[in-house]
Amino acid sequence: MTLYVLKRLLQAIPVFFGTTFLIYFMVFSMPGDPVLALFGDRTPNPAVLEAVREQYNLDQPFIVQYFLYIKDFFTGDLGVTFSGQSVNEIFARAFPTTLMLVTIAVVAEFILSVGFGLLSGLRKGKFADHASLLLALVLNSIPPFVALFVAQYFIGIKLGWAPVTVGANVTWGALMLPGITIALTIYVVGMRLMRGSVIEAREGDYVRTAYAKGLTSKRVIPVHVARNSLIPVITNTAASFGALIAGTTVTEGIFNIPGIGKVLYDAIGLSEVSTIVSFVTILTVMYIIVNILVDLLYAVLDPRIRYV
Amino acid sequence: MSDRHPDHYVAPVDETQPGAVDQVKLSARKSNMWLDAWRDLRKRPLFYVALVLALLVTVVALFPSWFTPLDPNAPGACLLADSNGAPVDGHPLGFTRQGCDVYSRIIYGASTSLTVGLLVVAITGAIGIPMGAIAGFYGGWVDSFLSRVGDIFFSIPYFLAAVVVMSVMSEYRNPLVISFAIGGFAWASLARIVRAEVLRNKNLEYVMASEAIGRSRGSTLLKHVLPNSMGPVIVTLTLSLGAAITAEATLSLLGIGLNGYMSWGNEIAQAQQTLRTNPSALFWPSLALTLTVLAFTFLGELIRDALDPKARARR
Amino acid sequence: MTETIPVTDSHGTVPVADPNQPLVSVRDLEVTFRTQNGPVNAVRGVSFDIFPGETVAIVGESGSGKSTTATALMKLLPGNGGISGGEVLVEGTNIVDHDEKKMAAIRGGVIGYVPQDPMSNLNPVWSVGFQVREAIRANGVASGKKEIEARAIEVLQQAGLQDAERRLSQFPHQFSGGMRQRVLIGIGLGADPKLLIADEPTSALDVTVQKVILDHIESLTKDNGTAVLLITHDLGLAAERASKVIVMNQGRIVEAGPSKDLLTNPQHPYTQRLIAAAPSLASRRLESTSAREEGADAATFDMAQMAERRAESVDADAAPVVSVKNLTKDFSIRKKGFRSEPFRAVDTISFDIPKGTTLALVGESGSGKSTAAKMILGLEEPTSGEITVNGTAMTGVSRKDLFKLRSRMQPVFQDPYSSLDPQRSIASSIAEPMRVHGISDKSVRRERVLELLDQVSLPAELFNRYPNELSGGQRQRVAIARALALKPDVVVLDEAVSALDVLVQAQILQLLADLQAELGLTYLFITHDLAVVRVIADNVAVMERGKIVESGSTDEIFESAKQPYTQRLLDAIPGAGLDWGV
Repeated sequence: MTLYVLKRLLQAIPVFFGTTFLIYFMVFSMPGDPVLALFGDRTPNPAVLEAVREQYNLDQPFIVQYFLYIKDFFTGDLGVTFSGQSVNEIFARAFPTTLMLVTIAVVAEFILSVGFGLLSGLRKGKFADHASLLLALVLNSIPPFVALFVAQYFIGIKLGWAPVTVGANVTWGALMLPGITIALTIYVVGMRLMRGSVIEAREGDYVRTAYAKGLTSKRVIPVHVARNSLIPVITNTAASFGALIAGTTVTEGIFNIPGIGKVLYDAIGLSEVSTIVSFVTILTVMYIIVNILVDLLYAVLDPRIRYV
Repeated sequence: MSDRHPDHYVAPVDETQPGAVDQVKLSARKSNMWLDAWRDLRKRPLFYVALVLALLVTVVALFPSWFTPLDPNAPGACLLADSNGAPVDGHPLGFTRQGCDVYSRIIYGASTSLTVGLLVVAITGAIGIPMGAIAGFYGGWVDSFLSRVGDIFFSIPYFLAAVVVMSVMSEYRNPLVISFAIGGFAWASLARIVRAEVLRNKNLEYVMASEAIGRSRGSTLLKHVLPNSMGPVIVTLTLSLGAAITAEATLSLLGIGLNGYMSWGNEIAQAQQTLRTNPSALFWPSLALTLTVLAFTFLGELIRDALDPKARARR
Repeated sequence: MTETIPVTDSHGTVPVADPNQPLVSVRDLEVTFRTQNGPVNAVRGVSFDIFPGETVAIVGESGSGKSTTATALMKLLPGNGGISGGEVLVEGTNIVDHDEKKMAAIRGGVIGYVPQDPMSNLNPVWSVGFQVREAIRANGVASGKKEIEARAIEVLQQAGLQDAERRLSQFPHQFSGGMRQRVLIGIGLGADPKLLIADEPTSALDVTVQKVILDHIESLTKDNGTAVLLITHDLGLAAERASKVIVMNQGRIVEAGPSKDLLTNPQHPYTQRLIAAAPSLASRRLESTSAREEGADAATFDMAQMAERRAESVDADAAPVVSVKNLTKDFSIRKKGFRSEPFRAVDTISFDIPKGTTLALVGESGSGKSTAAKMILGLEEPTSGEITVNGTAMTGVSRKDLFKLRSRMQPVFQDPYSSLDPQRSIASSIAEPMRVHGISDKSVRRERVLELLDQVSLPAELFNRYPNELSGGQRQRVAIARALALKPDVVVLDEAVSALDVLVQAQILQLLADLQAELGLTYLFITHDLAVVRVIADNVAVMERGKIVESGSTDEIFESAKQPYTQRLLDAIPGAGLDWGV
């Protein structure tokens, strides 16, 4: 197990450097003055320009610039935004909100996956199976922002059951509508994993052997079917946690939720490339970290990896 | 037979004739993976629905003028007098805030969406298939190297990467650039699928047989391993067509999509401002987008199902 | 207050102790599966009895309904199957309409079960101890944590698992196949059932392990007076282990009776066929069909005479077609941590194969026999040693020469379901070696493919059909045709008949013998199955842990093996000591 953890962490090192380098490269190897690129078609105030020049060490050769940038990143200095604010501060303020939103989405996704997956798998080939699979697939085909607009318009504006936008008033209740809407557009993956492994487990040899021991389905279903089926579903849900954190831009933009995604959304709208790069880097690193945790979680759940 | 020491029982031979050993039974129809999948697809009504939708979108994209007499690109196509106007004769879906005809803009937007979708699929396949196939088939350090490269691209959510590229390339917001921005990162997950599939196939005995015959490694990969790995690739590419169209629309919604091209994403972005007052200007292009994605998603899913005998048996 | 001794109690169940009442009685059992192509009757009108303490074997090929019958006794049929007629009486009670609760009481406690595949029958996410304790608790054999634990250890120790106490907390993937099968036997016998159903309990294991496990089941059940229902494809094994044998074909019982009787005096044509096809120690080297017809005037086969005839047809002084000298292969195996350790898979082996003969390379899994075959086929680079084919060295030659050599030597592999490219037509598969080796004329290839189909007795209509329309045996025929396409001198058969049912296996072996006589082929026959070796090989080399431990002519090896390992392999052949009819 320790070995597995160590191996996984070692693997993450080149990935970490590779991704940050790639993002850095995309911005700073573009033709022309990178500072101009960073500010798009807008003119920053001179103080910010100076701060940005310093942050990216533009007077140094490219590779040196990158390593100095990484050094700052590691020492916890995430740089400044276009308007001169500290990225650290903005991150600290916005991240809890994003975390709340993503938590709602992930919990909803998990419940939907397990519930419909179990229903579908246990009633394989029956009407309930076909109908729930079809529904999940249709929901999955709706582009997330379309789903969000529809939810916002009908449930927020027409029915008035939930706040149309969140704004400064961040509460669990206010985040329910966007969180659950997002969950509805993605749960098909987890549901199918659950369905597949329920079917596989039900027809699996070890399940028949469990019945042959004299166990009843009251014990076999939770202990031998559900337990095995949950491993892929849990890891899928955890993985979507990372993907959701990275993908909150549209959700937070449409519902005006003051999280990291909204910061990025605003920066995109104002063409503040330096802010975009900072936050894309942060989100990517978080995505990588979550993926490592998912692999470790998998190892904890599956003894075949836990005890090698 | 109901005692401890039974007699020697022999079934009546004429009722239980053993028949010839391993006789060849020629069924009326040929059967292989693709033929079986095709037969299965033909039996599913949803397949026709998805196929008709996908073909319709393609025809609309190729020949928009067949579907509307209006040319939304013509000067004076939009009249501010019509701003947020309700449907009238000749303008079945009403007008946008700028007074443009919603229906004709949707019709003309189809070609952009489809072009980007197909370009992304082409880029994804062109990078992902060789990367995955070479890594999986040759193994060793080649695999280690290519897989690590793939990991790096896989670890940047492709939408975020596209956001960075499109923000930086603010002067080149055309279909080719946006397709590279999306496909340039989306290939990594396809490469993983191809690699896994090639790994599964390369240890099968027909591959060993092919090499023992004297076929070279590369030729074995191309002639045996890759063709047998194409099932999941076709599924993934079909699904990614829908995902790419969504990604393009999302980027346009954020204002970093296509510049100066009529696209569903741009229409939706524009209509966003009038969601309360004129929701139909937002919902009609959204519906067009959703139906298109739906068509390709269902095509992909149905092909996936049809190619998998286990899934077929599960229905 | 009557004086009569009750024969049945108020529920109509027979008291268990009576050895003359059947423990399980099956009457006109019908099992039906719902499939996409409509209902399929897998078991049709099957009736038999199992008495307390006796061992009954059901023998049949795959698809005969033998396993379905066994699972029907416990009502563990898969979701799309069900008992559609007849009765299953367990201790006098019909269980066909029993609900789950009543069945749970019978399973484990009255009927124990040992499944076929030890790799898939233990739940990978729970420890072995958990799965044993669960079985004990469910059947109320012991209660209280300590008692259950103690019983679990006892059960596993009885099943032959040393060190049971320590291993309880381990997970299935930390056990070898044989060890897992012991755990499953422990679970099956954990609640002292009256009947143990053993469904091909050893077919996934090496022969020597097979024998140990079967011996163990036998002694455990004898001690406790447990009846056994043994499901197997191996008639020899059935006759050796069971007092009563039931032969099934296509869902019906074709013949049943005391095992000796059945074996020496089979009545039904199907049983006769099975017995004729089953290779055993008493079998003889197969002759080609034509040679057999020649000698058919003689009413009986004389082994010595036959061996002589074969010896005449083989020119012992001719240069060997294949010659292997000091062939060695090292792999490096990843060990715990980042270290790797060299592992010698094949250890300086040498042998010659004279033209027109068959050398069998025999060994259990991990003996290195398949690695040796791969090196000879050029699929694996030898670490050291020499391979010569027709006097030309294969090692250290240019790619071009190796390419030419490859046409002289062609393979047939084990798994009929993966040996042909599923997307290629039969003709395309057979013609592939010709295309690769530059026979570009399409009509020439077409003629040759038709000729080859005829040689392996397949109809020409298969020409543009696909592999998944064929059975396993037919696919192996196609693979043989492909191997013969370039008229090679040597065919390397790597477990080529191991995956086939016995009747099909006999057919393919006969085909191989015919082809050898007709085309003067030389075979290298890699197998784990000594019984098959007896009927196909002229010479035998026995491999153990990478080394050839013994070699000689087939008769020498079978009649006077010198090495204890060879002797153990021979002893492990099921039904070795039995007299066979026909």
